[in-house]
Amino acid sequence: MEQTITQSWKTRFLAVGDQVTFMGTFFRNIFRAGFEWNELIRQCYIIGYKSFTLVGITGFILGFVMTLQSIPTMKDFGAVSYVPSMVAISIIREIGPVIIALICAGKIASSIGAELGSMKVTEQIDAMEVSGANPVQYLVVTRIIACTIMIPLLTLMADALALAGGFFGSNIDSHVSAILYFSKAFSSLAFSDVFPALIKSVFFGFAIGFVGCYKGYNSGSGTESVGVAANTAVVNASLWIILLDAIAVELTSIVVYG
Amino acid sequence: MEEIKENKRTTEPLTDEAGGDVVISIKHLKKSFGPNTVLRDITMELRTGENIVVLGRSGQGKSVAIKCIVGLLQQDGGTCNVYGDEVKDLPETALKELRGKVGFLFQSGALYDSMTVGENLAFPLTRVKKMNDDNEINKLVEEMLGNVGLKDAIDKMPSELSGGMRKRIGLARTLIMKPQIMLYDEPTTGLDPITSKEISELILTMQKKYKTSSIIITHDMACAKITADRIMVMDSGTFIAEGTYAELEKSGNELVQSFFK
Repeated sequence: MEQTITQSWKTRFLAVGDQVTFMGTFFRNIFRAGFEWNELIRQCYIIGYKSFTLVGITGFILGFVMTLQSIPTMKDFGAVSYVPSMVAISIIREIGPVIIALICAGKIASSIGAELGSMKVTEQIDAMEVSGANPVQYLVVTRIIACTIMIPLLTLMADALALAGGFFGSNIDSHVSAILYFSKAFSSLAFSDVFPALIKSVFFGFAIGFVGCYKGYNSGSGTESVGVAANTAVVNASLWIILLDAIAVELTSIVVYG
Repeated sequence: MEEIKENKRTTEPLTDEAGGDVVISIKHLKKSFGPNTVLRDITMELRTGENIVVLGRSGQGKSVAIKCIVGLLQQDGGTCNVYGDEVKDLPETALKELRGKVGFLFQSGALYDSMTVGENLAFPLTRVKKMNDDNEINKLVEEMLGNVGLKDAIDKMPSELSGGMRKRIGLARTLIMKPQIMLYDEPTTGLDPITSKEISELILTMQKKYKTSSIIITHDMACAKITADRIMVMDSGTFIAEGTYAELEKSGNELVQSFFK
């Protein structure tokens, strides 16, 4: 029993070491000559543009549902007029970045993990390496950077659609003009709401890309490993998002709010 | 020896370059994966212009040995020299340079799924040879596809290709870099006998055209008969027999004989 626990911790520490090494390899290859700009743009298209619909619908429904859920309670306090501000602050600061990142972890991390895992199993990565090309630069660096760029942009888009969803939600039972709703929403927002959330999204994007690439690139042999890579990529990316969010919230409260 | 060579081949035999310089020298190679010893003691030499076929049952470590030659795996013991350089001691730049001289055809072809056939062939030209003239690249791609008889496949995706076509495209992608040494990992596995024979003869034709030295891993006797100057039989992580096809056909070793039945 003791040996099993020791072995288990040893495996965990080795895995952490492995990931640190992989991160080092990633940073070394960013600055290497022959950066794959075309592949980066292609990955930005795949990761960003192809996630528009899912992220957009999620954002819209998030704002819509949050508004509908908030109005009855706020009515009891005679504070319905504060709903746009409350939804805006909640979505922009916390719910938008986290939910969108979790959605993207499911879609993008699994996709990257499965793709690279499949390439590993079919020896495509080995073929790239043996030909003299740099598979890390082509496959890993491009995907991680694309995630780091596109996740914040997707979050911003989702936030905007969430506010739109909130507007529609406000107009289900009553009439609120767009000018009134959005002026209420934006007047409550400060730089300290938007900027930390955006920075948080950048780290979420990096985590999604990194975990997806690490799991896929280091998957085992056999088709089962592809599924395991995809699955563990989602789980680990999601955990990292929650952890990074906790750290970000604490840092924000120290730095911004004193 | 020459008479036997002429009988087994459908194309002209190589010029007498066998017996030339040693290009690959492997001595007492050992490799284990955890408690599982795959290679116990592998010693072999590949000379300029020579075709060596490595025969053996599945799981004997044949693919592991050739992956050590290109540095995809690191041996646990012994030496593996390519053009006089010990592979596992090479720095990254030198290893990359060495890999430019050694072509590797993977078992399934290992075509890049997200690229068309043309893009697959152009990939090493742009990334390794740093070519950026599209016209020159297209010319080389078309020439190589013509060599393997698949000029029309240039815009197809790998998923649209049959197994035999994938092997041909994989071969074209490897040969487009004009390697001096070719390593084939079970080039005919999974193919029907007619396509296997076509691939075997294509290997021989390309070798004659590009004057490569080759190691061919296989358990396909028809492929061995067509392509081999010398056959080495591997069992339990070591070589147990060596000779020409005709010599091994008469071998008294039971395992060797089982390949010929």
